[in-house]
Amino acid sequence: MVSAGGVAMRLVADVTRCVGAGQCVLTDAAMFDQDDADGTVVLRVDTVPAAAQAAAAEAVALCPGQALALVPEERAP
Amino acid sequence: MGDPVTDVTTQSTPVFPLPRTCPFAPPAEYDRLRATEPVARVPLPNGDWAWAVSRHEDVRSVLTDSRFSSDRTNPLFPRLVKGERVSTDAAPSLINMDPPEHGPARRAVVGEFTVKRMQAMRPRIQQIVDGCLDDLLAAPRPADLVRHVSLPVPSLVICELLGVSYADHDFFQSRTSLMIARATPHEERMQAFGELNDFLGTLVTAKEAAPGDDLLGRQILRQRETGEVDHAGLVSLAFLLLVAGHETTANMISLGTVLLLENPGQLDRLRRDPERTLPAVEELLRYCTIADLATSRVAVADVEVGGVLIRAGEGVLALGNAANRDPEVFAEPHEFDIDRGARHHVAFGYGIHQCLGQNLARLELQVVFDTLFRRFPGLRLAVPMAELPFKDDAFVYGLHEVPVTW
Repeated sequence: MVSAGGVAMRLVADVTRCVGAGQCVLTDAAMFDQDDADGTVVLRVDTVPAAAQAAAAEAVALCPGQALALVPEERAP
Repeated sequence: MGDPVTDVTTQSTPVFPLPRTCPFAPPAEYDRLRATEPVARVPLPNGDWAWAVSRHEDVRSVLTDSRFSSDRTNPLFPRLVKGERVSTDAAPSLINMDPPEHGPARRAVVGEFTVKRMQAMRPRIQQIVDGCLDDLLAAPRPADLVRHVSLPVPSLVICELLGVSYADHDFFQSRTSLMIARATPHEERMQAFGELNDFLGTLVTAKEAAPGDDLLGRQILRQRETGEVDHAGLVSLAFLLLVAGHETTANMISLGTVLLLENPGQLDRLRRDPERTLPAVEELLRYCTIADLATSRVAVADVEVGGVLIRAGEGVLALGNAANRDPEVFAEPHEFDIDRGARHHVAFGYGIHQCLGQNLARLELQVVFDTLFRRFPGLRLAVPMAELPFKDDAFVYGLHEVPVTW
């Protein structure tokens, strides 16, 4: 899957920054889940489907702990 | 940029916190500050001053910067009530903690409030709301929405969450209402406060003897696993959940109902399409921003915000109600529009302290509005809106009473 710019994007989560607010799950429950024990983010996808790029970007922007990032997919070596 | 410390206090700026002069509008001064002085030195009731931050971007930047501390035991923390004393002996609470202590403490509890776990509570919340609406229906008209719905719904939901037995619901609910109601005399309020604290202490002791499948039971088992048994900490947590989850939700139920009744076109759209309720709840949260004053901080290092240097030891008021009406971020910010679809408001705060119970609050509001307006299609205010007793002077904005009829 690629973005409009032709670069596939990947989600990265830093669970040490996550405060379990659940904004990402509210944004897109197909991409994000929360750990049952400590509420921290669990990524359900690695590469972001093209149709979900706007939702992924919204989740990144809403995250109160700034625990999420969208990064360009690295090419296989 | 100049030296911000010397001479930027605007002589004309009134003492904070400012009252709301229109029931559903932020203090008028907020628009002026945001436009002309987005990081402004403002006087406080005790003669101190603090920085009032009013742009959405700056509010988010303050609330995500670890150089701004939430430690209310810091003597330099901005005090918003005249004569408010610094309590240095209170049990540590999540709202007062900074990193690195805050993260593990929050993660020990926040698993109880995940989106999934809240969804699992939905049938029980629906039952609670149905029961309260049965009471409202049976009450003589006009009836007070606050007494029959706004206060009991969150109180009973907290009972459910904490595992308070059904037999104790009446006691719990009557004391929480007394603690909050404006008409309660001071001594009676203090007595209700003490009785609730004792009750929660006894509840925690009982759960320690037989930990059940509820929030406190799970916290106890978790503490035993880590070997950090902390009775006082659990009582303090139970009280925090009660204080933070009761009046806030109650006020949003009251304000939201009034706001929707005052906007019949939007209420009609909401009634016809339950899919609209969740976005409508987000807009109600933005538009009311009842906990505008909860997001104060004290700088523990020099930090530049919006081009102004804030020095270590200076207080900051991150004004959520100004941020949520920032025209740079919300088009026509003073319009109430249930179809706005804007979720980046800061009504629940922002940063690591963003409301722990936000998804519970969303769910309660969603179930209340869906059910109330369906079961009471003719619901209306029994007095003109201008006569409603708004909590102009309260720390958490809301309504003391909402007489309704149908």
